[in-house]
Amino acid sequence: MKTANLLAATALVAASGLTATNAQAEDLTLCWAAWDPANALVELSKEFEAEYGHTMNFEFVPWPNFADRMLNELNSGGKLCDLLIGDSQWIGGGAENGHYVKLNEFFDKEGISMDDFAPATVYAYSTWPKGTPNYYALPAMGDANGWFYRKDWFEMPEIQAAFKEKHGRDLAPPKTQAELLEVAQFFQEREIDGQVRYGASIFTERGSEGITMGATSSMYPFGFKYEMTPGKYDMEGAVNSPEAVAGLEFYKELYKTGTPPGYTDSYMEQSLDAFKSGQVAMAMNWFAFFPGLYADPDVGGDKIGFFVNPGQNVEASTLGGQGISVVAYSDKQDAALEYIKWFAQPSVQKKWWDLGGYSCHVSVLSDPGFPDSAPFASDFLLAMDNVKDFWQEPAYAELLLAMQKRLHDYVVADQGTAQEALDKLIEDWTETFEDEGKL
Amino acid sequence: MAVTPIDHVAKATPPSVASKIRGLSDRTIAWLFVAPTIFLLLAVNIFPLIWTINLSFTNFRANRPNREVDYIGLRNYERILTDGDIWLTMQATAHFLFWTIFLQVLIGFTLAWLINRKFKGNDLWTTLIVLPMMLSPAVVGNFWTFLYQPQIGLFNYGISFLTGVDPSSFQMIGDVALAPWAIVIVDTWMWTPFVMLICLAGLRSIPDYIYEAAEIDRASKWRQFWTITIPMVLPFLMLAVLFRGIENFKMFDLVVQLTGGGPGSVTELTSINLKREAFEKWRTGYASAYAIILFVTVFGLASIYVKALNKVKER
Repeated sequence: MKTANLLAATALVAASGLTATNAQAEDLTLCWAAWDPANALVELSKEFEAEYGHTMNFEFVPWPNFADRMLNELNSGGKLCDLLIGDSQWIGGGAENGHYVKLNEFFDKEGISMDDFAPATVYAYSTWPKGTPNYYALPAMGDANGWFYRKDWFEMPEIQAAFKEKHGRDLAPPKTQAELLEVAQFFQEREIDGQVRYGASIFTERGSEGITMGATSSMYPFGFKYEMTPGKYDMEGAVNSPEAVAGLEFYKELYKTGTPPGYTDSYMEQSLDAFKSGQVAMAMNWFAFFPGLYADPDVGGDKIGFFVNPGQNVEASTLGGQGISVVAYSDKQDAALEYIKWFAQPSVQKKWWDLGGYSCHVSVLSDPGFPDSAPFASDFLLAMDNVKDFWQEPAYAELLLAMQKRLHDYVVADQGTAQEALDKLIEDWTETFEDEGKL
Repeated sequence: MAVTPIDHVAKATPPSVASKIRGLSDRTIAWLFVAPTIFLLLAVNIFPLIWTINLSFTNFRANRPNREVDYIGLRNYERILTDGDIWLTMQATAHFLFWTIFLQVLIGFTLAWLINRKFKGNDLWTTLIVLPMMLSPAVVGNFWTFLYQPQIGLFNYGISFLTGVDPSSFQMIGDVALAPWAIVIVDTWMWTPFVMLICLAGLRSIPDYIYEAAEIDRASKWRQFWTITIPMVLPFLMLAVLFRGIENFKMFDLVVQLTGGGPGSVTELTSINLKREAFEKWRTGYASAYAIILFVTVFGLASIYVKALNKVKER
């Protein structure tokens, strides 16, 4: 009997060993932008390495070069990345140009349901064509443009008194875009602790996507839309509506009267620098940076507060964030898919949020303790309820650069009117969509 | 039969070499030696040029391999030449070219003229003046971005010291009126030494006896300057203008580092605009047509200029 048991055990061990050797350990490379959440992902991925035996390598590219570097890699069919956490706007090009592996079959086989992820994030990060159940990514990093402010300055009695005297209400995080402007203008060139401070740091960057992401944070709440009818590319009356014009004029006003001098080409880094160096009372930036800001020894903790992008005519926030895709040119797609399978688990998603990543998983977001799990968690939920994203078309880069030019020409370079800028933008976009055969 | 450069090479080949390789004529051996260079030239220069011309008639996009490529005739050329925004970038380029060349020639020649006068320590001054052009444009751009900062930049403090204007009241690279001048200043700071070196070579090539003869003829210093110095340095000056003109027409890195083409598009030179079309918007066919137009423009202008330069040299 003992011999039989021993034989059975030996056979079991041999079979397990065989199984283990069949699943070959791979060296996987995950590509993403170099920022705080990427460090959290490195930490998180150690569990995957331990569990599956694969080795994770990371290629993190600084944001200013991220799109250039990664899109060149994809366009050339490069094998550097097995997994890519690509920007939401890339999903159309990624799908149509065959850069991303379609994940439907894999999701079905592994029982991964997109119903387990927040609908806005599935729509924005995973699907192409929009609104269809064709998935090219798993929502990985939820993000939106939000605001943070110097809570300690807001709470100073003399500042409170001066604000109340001027505006007849208590100084508090703004609830509307109009209030945001009021607060920014109030702090502009105000002396606090012996130093001249300014209202807000906002996005004005010209080269990549900065001013578009910043200005739409004002334009969406005023009523800016891309199309009158989704999917019809009928932009007249949406892109250049009176509300859109008002939103753009508002952003220019905010830039001219509520920001530090010289911030003509600022994006994420410059916004963080302005806030951390104590130049501004408020700053816009992506929620992804908020955990790091809260932990900052100089401006974090009790000194910082957070608020969702204020509404005006509607509640709206500019979408950031990314989905994780398997690169079609990878030779290690099976192992890469295993990573996605592992990452989609609720327990991993929970840990992802704990480490500083923004999970899109419903089990994390709908947890009763989530809103109190971080000082910015409830604002994150509010933002993700009303996010709006730029065109996700394969020609998104051309569309984006046209908007960058028209907005920068008007807001920063003082050329023309908001109406002219948006009318010209429609002309640019019409030409692009005609070239694409969509108009 | 016309005598070709290959025949010259063949003629110059020592008979002993040719005789050692049986069955091959001197001419064939010469071709064998020259062929790799010609092949390389064709592969690196001529083929891309022909391919670019071909692409310029298509709607090809390098980032859309699955998309059908159509020949669209002269549509790209028509779009470029009727695009008001592109004409604005041409104007920005022309402004940049004119003022940088004007200032660099003026200051470079003046510096060369001063350095050429024999005084103690002129070698040290030459070395110091030449330092900026030894730096990388990316470093220079970054460095001047800080100098131009309205709140902490030394440039603004310098202007403030001289004029009494509040240093944070003006933005060199954020103001539409000042930004083009900001890049002109930096380019002039960086490349004037190059013009100075060329002018210095020209000044030092003028034999002393010509001035001695002029002295004997009692020509004034002013007359010597206009009738000896300027005409004899002119070919060198024109060469400097040619070099700087070609270089600044394709100026990219310094401007990107300084202003990124902004504010708005006021410092968006043609090279930056072309890069955006080709490698950010990925309109490859369109950008090819754009590149051909620029190539023809530079090639045409440079050819005319070189003819004028040769005439000046022949005088």
